[in-house]
Amino acid sequence: MSTTKTRETRDGYGEALVRLAHAHKDVVALDCDLGRSTRAHRITEVDAARFFDMGIAEQDMISTAAGMAKMGKTVFVNSFAVFVTGRAFDQIRQQVCLPRANVKVCGSSAGITQGADGATHQSVVDVALMRSLPNMTVIVPADARQAEQAVEALYELKRPAYLRLSRYPTPDFVPTECDFRIGRAQVLREGEDICLCGCGPVLLNALAAADLLGGEGFRVGVVNFHTLKPFDAEAVADLVGKYRRFVSVEEHSIIGGLGSALAEVLAERGMGTRLLRLGVADTFGESGSADELLAKHGLDAMSIAAAARQLLKD
Amino acid sequence: MMQSNMQELERTAWRMRLELLRMFGVGKAHHFGGSLSCTELVTALYFHKMHYSAALQNAPERDRFIMSKGHTVPAQYVALAMLGVLPMEELCTIKRLGSRLQGHPDILKTPGLETPTGSLGQGLSYANGIALAARLDGLRFNLYLIMGDGELQEGQPWEAAMTASHHALGNVCVLIDRNGHQSQGRVSEIMNIEPLERKWEAFGWDAVRVDGHDMAAVCGALDRFDGKGKRPLAIIADTVKGKGISFMENTFKFHNANLTEEQFRLAERELLARLEGR
Repeated sequence: MSTTKTRETRDGYGEALVRLAHAHKDVVALDCDLGRSTRAHRITEVDAARFFDMGIAEQDMISTAAGMAKMGKTVFVNSFAVFVTGRAFDQIRQQVCLPRANVKVCGSSAGITQGADGATHQSVVDVALMRSLPNMTVIVPADARQAEQAVEALYELKRPAYLRLSRYPTPDFVPTECDFRIGRAQVLREGEDICLCGCGPVLLNALAAADLLGGEGFRVGVVNFHTLKPFDAEAVADLVGKYRRFVSVEEHSIIGGLGSALAEVLAERGMGTRLLRLGVADTFGESGSADELLAKHGLDAMSIAAAARQLLKD
Repeated sequence: MMQSNMQELERTAWRMRLELLRMFGVGKAHHFGGSLSCTELVTALYFHKMHYSAALQNAPERDRFIMSKGHTVPAQYVALAMLGVLPMEELCTIKRLGSRLQGHPDILKTPGLETPTGSLGQGLSYANGIALAARLDGLRFNLYLIMGDGELQEGQPWEAAMTASHHALGNVCVLIDRNGHQSQGRVSEIMNIEPLERKWEAFGWDAVRVDGHDMAAVCGALDRFDGKGKRPLAIIADTVKGKGISFMENTFKFHNANLTEEQFRLAERELLARLEGR
């Protein structure tokens, strides 16, 4: 049995938020009655006056946050990813992105690993929504340590951002020597036969799939595209010089997320590459355990390896 | 409290109507009805009540005005031009490609604007955010919003009304331009919003009703608001859509419409006559 400590990216977010609030008086957090789950409530450990529970009113929360940002605050707004991006999309569009307000939209319990609550609570299009907005930065941290790094980087950004957070526990698997920089993909593993491109905690399954394929003699690269926007087109251009086959791995609809971003760049620069998009295939989620759902949608290590194997045969 | 000359303020409101007409011109679609119905409210705020001037436009302690019904921002543009925040000669560039004067407020483009609005119902939440942040920083000023009556069909204003009273934002004052018409017809027929006073009171606000074209009444209601109490204030101003131009009054048809040359001349004649006391 593994004794490796696991954390969730929302935990890393909470840690970093506390540190930021200690260091910077302008940091405030708003939530919609989910503050203990989103970890935003932890800011009260530093200063209760800088936490605002807006009640179950996402639209009011986003617009209020935009007003606070106008006054020089760095505002972290929180709810489940499905609500904060869907319910309040228009407020994010008009009052956050259009005026480039310094609001960090933090979508928690994202993806199908939300698990038990089912389709209504599982966010599978949030990245597509946020990625389409001008002036928006979109980050999907792979592990809790990366979430901490992302939060600190977003504080410095002084612009709108969407931070996609998960409640799926993993060890901190991104090597410490990988620098985190917004907009720069991280090569987690070098290879030459096929490249697995992923984001979020599900990358851990991509790494495990690479191990499985490695045991069969394939040399499999794994790249962490933690920033979906601005998308690291230069990294893709480099990868195209090394690989002819790509697989995108994400806990999101294959429409509008990492798979789409990759396809856009490959289509423009790629010439002759193959891309297989793994993710939620234009469908809604359902209740189940996180691991059951990952397996059902082909995002467990075995399924990712099987899909890659098939692409290698083509 | 500033002692204002009521006649002068009334004249300012009528001059604002004339400037609006000239800014809109002939043959281009503009939001006439709701811009003309709120000119007394805008005038009373900018030229009587608010701690605001061109010199104060970036001062942290300035009072803030928010046109929550963003489609009537032209009335705010005219006020800002009359105050010297914008050049008067820029008004005619409204909605032209490259103009700073967008069809709806864009705070990155236009000096003097506080809030991005247009998609309706979002202004009050934004104002609350400004007020809450100011409270954290120990800054004191008041916030004034003009909201449309049709706008109150949105859900978000009522979320925001709860927030303002929950946090005792007594420095927030909403003026409702109750002109009774929205884009496609009468508010009462499309989706009734009454009883407004009781609604705002039920949400923890003080509410008063005034004739929104009676300058002394509007100023009087504003004068009784000092922003130091615990309850926010809703001033429900009964107005006439298209006020001041006979063929635009009390109809939804000039909510967003364009004028013929002939209509423009008639409208200009009516407003000039009013200004010259004829």
